Amino acid sequence: MEGQDKVTLVIGVIGADVHAVGNKILNYTFTKAGFNVVNLGVMVSQTEFVEAAVEADADVIMVSSLYGHGEIDVKGLREKCDEAGLNNILLYVGGNIVVGKQNFEEVEKRFLAMGINRAYPPGTDPQTAIKHLAEDLKK
Amino acid sequence: MSIYILTDFGSTYTKMMAVDVDKGEIIAFSKSFTTIETDVTEGYNNALAGIKSQLGDFVPAVFLACSSAAGGLKIVSSGLVPDLTAKASRLAAASAGGKVVKTYSYELTEFEMEEITAINPDIVLLSGGIDGGNKKVLLQNAETIAKTEGDFFVIVAGNRSGAMEARKILEGGGKRVIVCENVMPTFGKLNIDPTKVAIRDLFIENIVSAKGLDKVAGMMDMEIIPTPLAVYEACELLSKGCEGEKGLGELMAYDLGGATCDVYSMADGLPKSGAFISGIQEPFAKRTVEGDIGMRYSLHALYDLICEEGGLGDFDQGDVADWLDICKSNPDVLPQGEYSKYAQIDSSFAGWAIRLSAARHVGYVERIFTPSGEVFSQEGKDLTRVEYIIGSGGAVINAPDPKMILQEASYSPRDLNALKPQNPKILLDKENALAAMGLLARRHPDIALRIMKNSFTEIE
Ligand code: B12
Repeated sequence: MEGQDKVTLVIGVIGADVHAVGNKILNYTFTKAGFNVVNLGVMVSQTEFVEAAVEADADVIMVSSLYGHGEIDVKGLREKCDEAGLNNILLYVGGNIVVGKQNFEEVEKRFLAMGINRAYPPGTDPQTAIKHLAEDLKK
Repeated sequence: MSIYILTDFGSTYTKMMAVDVDKGEIIAFSKSFTTIETDVTEGYNNALAGIKSQLGDFVPAVFLACSSAAGGLKIVSSGLVPDLTAKASRLAAASAGGKVVKTYSYELTEFEMEEITAINPDIVLLSGGIDGGNKKVLLQNAETIAKTEGDFFVIVAGNRSGAMEARKILEGGGKRVIVCENVMPTFGKLNIDPTKVAIRDLFIENIVSAKGLDKVAGMMDMEIIPTPLAVYEACELLSKGCEGEKGLGELMAYDLGGATCDVYSMADGLPKSGAFISGIQEPFAKRTVEGDIGMRYSLHALYDLICEEGGLGDFDQGDVADWLDICKSNPDVLPQGEYSKYAQIDSSFAGWAIRLSAARHVGYVERIFTPSGEVFSQEGKDLTRVEYIIGSGGAVINAPDPKMILQEASYSPRDLNALKPQNPKILLDKENALAAMGLLARRHPDIALRIMKNSFTEIE
């Protein structure tokens, strides 16, 4: 039946962020790659991500953040997922997730410490995430 | 001369109206007690005798009827996430004319199971999960409902991947099941019409007879429909118009009764000032029904809500308590004659009823500060530009100052973020004709529309 054996992704741009172009590209790319995509668009709250993932029984939440406030916006998302029973859901974050050009290893460490599975530096090709998905979902 | 006899079987009264469709006029009214406990045709014949005494002999006539007798169409709805499929299921049940007593989300608990048995619903609407999404909760709730005591129908309108299995589980528990398209097949998209049709069909084919209305149904020229559905269709017609007769455009209607307050909006509800929509986009034609807001049977529940908001402080609290008691022991009481000293209190209750049910119907806007300035996020319908508010129901139309009561339906700085109509004209359905016109509209929409436009009067 429809969608039952496809991998389901919830995507969206978190917080008060209105950068819409990258989100459209991700929607297109992931759909074309054969995923079930639930696209929440821009200005998406943590609650909306979590609720959509519950209804869709999603495997991954792919958070975009472009305007530099990704760290504050993503903080607590893992805990909300745990609370909602999304115990093993994968959380990926990409875009321009922090302000300015910071050492990305440091940035990545901070995101992983928040329970994020993958954090990506600016300009990451969506294909990279698709490759990682194949690895992470096998686990 | 061709005459339509339009009957509304209410919980207390059987109300009847005769319309001359050639002249396009209401020509007689009558009402009698509803006699559902014995034989509903008794009350019906009494009301009809009242019409005949006014019109003399009239043949031929067409007979149409709607009913909210014997508790109305009681529905319990359920979904997964409160703001998503649970909300969609509630909207679907309400738009079918149901009295949505309770809406549940997530896994049903044992306590909730007992609550459902106590509610004794006609229909349980089970949803949850978008298509291809979560089906665990749908199936688990099917198990719970299968074990729940009560003789009710179950409509399954959730994740279609789980629908057939849910049906099997429920039928295993002896429930009668109807499977429908998902109320939310893809994320954020409502699909409530199939469920609405299923509920209406169940009402016509099964529930009418279960409520002892089958004998009288046989005397009608069309199937009996739920009264709120007739009102809903009347509101839709009044807004959109029909061939040969223009509608009023975007409007809201409030039907305040003894047990519930029904709110209708016929409006697109899109943002009027550049806000972003968050959550699901609600339908043009929306009905909400509040079972804890009513002027008699639900007056205590309403009182509790008002107390939470710190209201009714201007009155003598002893008088308020007395009026609550009087209404409880005599739900037909009017604040007149020996009770006229309670008229102000009753009006104040009515105003609160409108205010609180408006708050649950309209959308909200929230201001968010971003690095590039402020933006607005909107949830629900923006009804600020709606031009008409129609007031209906005894507590409104018989009040000494209906304008004061209905004013609560329009925008106020007290509820700054609620997207209520900003500058509406307020119309009064003083003949209580909405339901009857919804019935007439099924045969003569143009005439029903003209009668509504003529009989609804603007209050200054
Ligand atoms: C267009 C634009 C805007 C437009 C957006 C219009 C719109 N509605 O879309 C406007 C003018 C509104 C705007 C506003 C702002 N912007 Co601007 N904006 C840009 C700009 C020039 C292009 C963005 C774009 O569309 N890129 C094209 C798309 C295809 O790329 P993308 O968004 O990066 O997405 C791709 C990848 O990042 C990746 N990706 C994205 N998410 C994810 C997630 C995962 C999991 C993965 C694997 C990959 C991935 O895949 C996407 C597709 O290839 C960028 C600079 C730049 N060249 O990127 C600045 C930029 C993003 N903006 C910036 C800023 C600061 C702002 C403002 C705060 C400016 C201000 N002070 O007013 C505001 C914020 C408004 C808000 N509330 O969001 C900064 C962010 C700096 C930072 N993060 O440190 C940037 C980088 C400019 C800069 N160099 O300073 N902006």
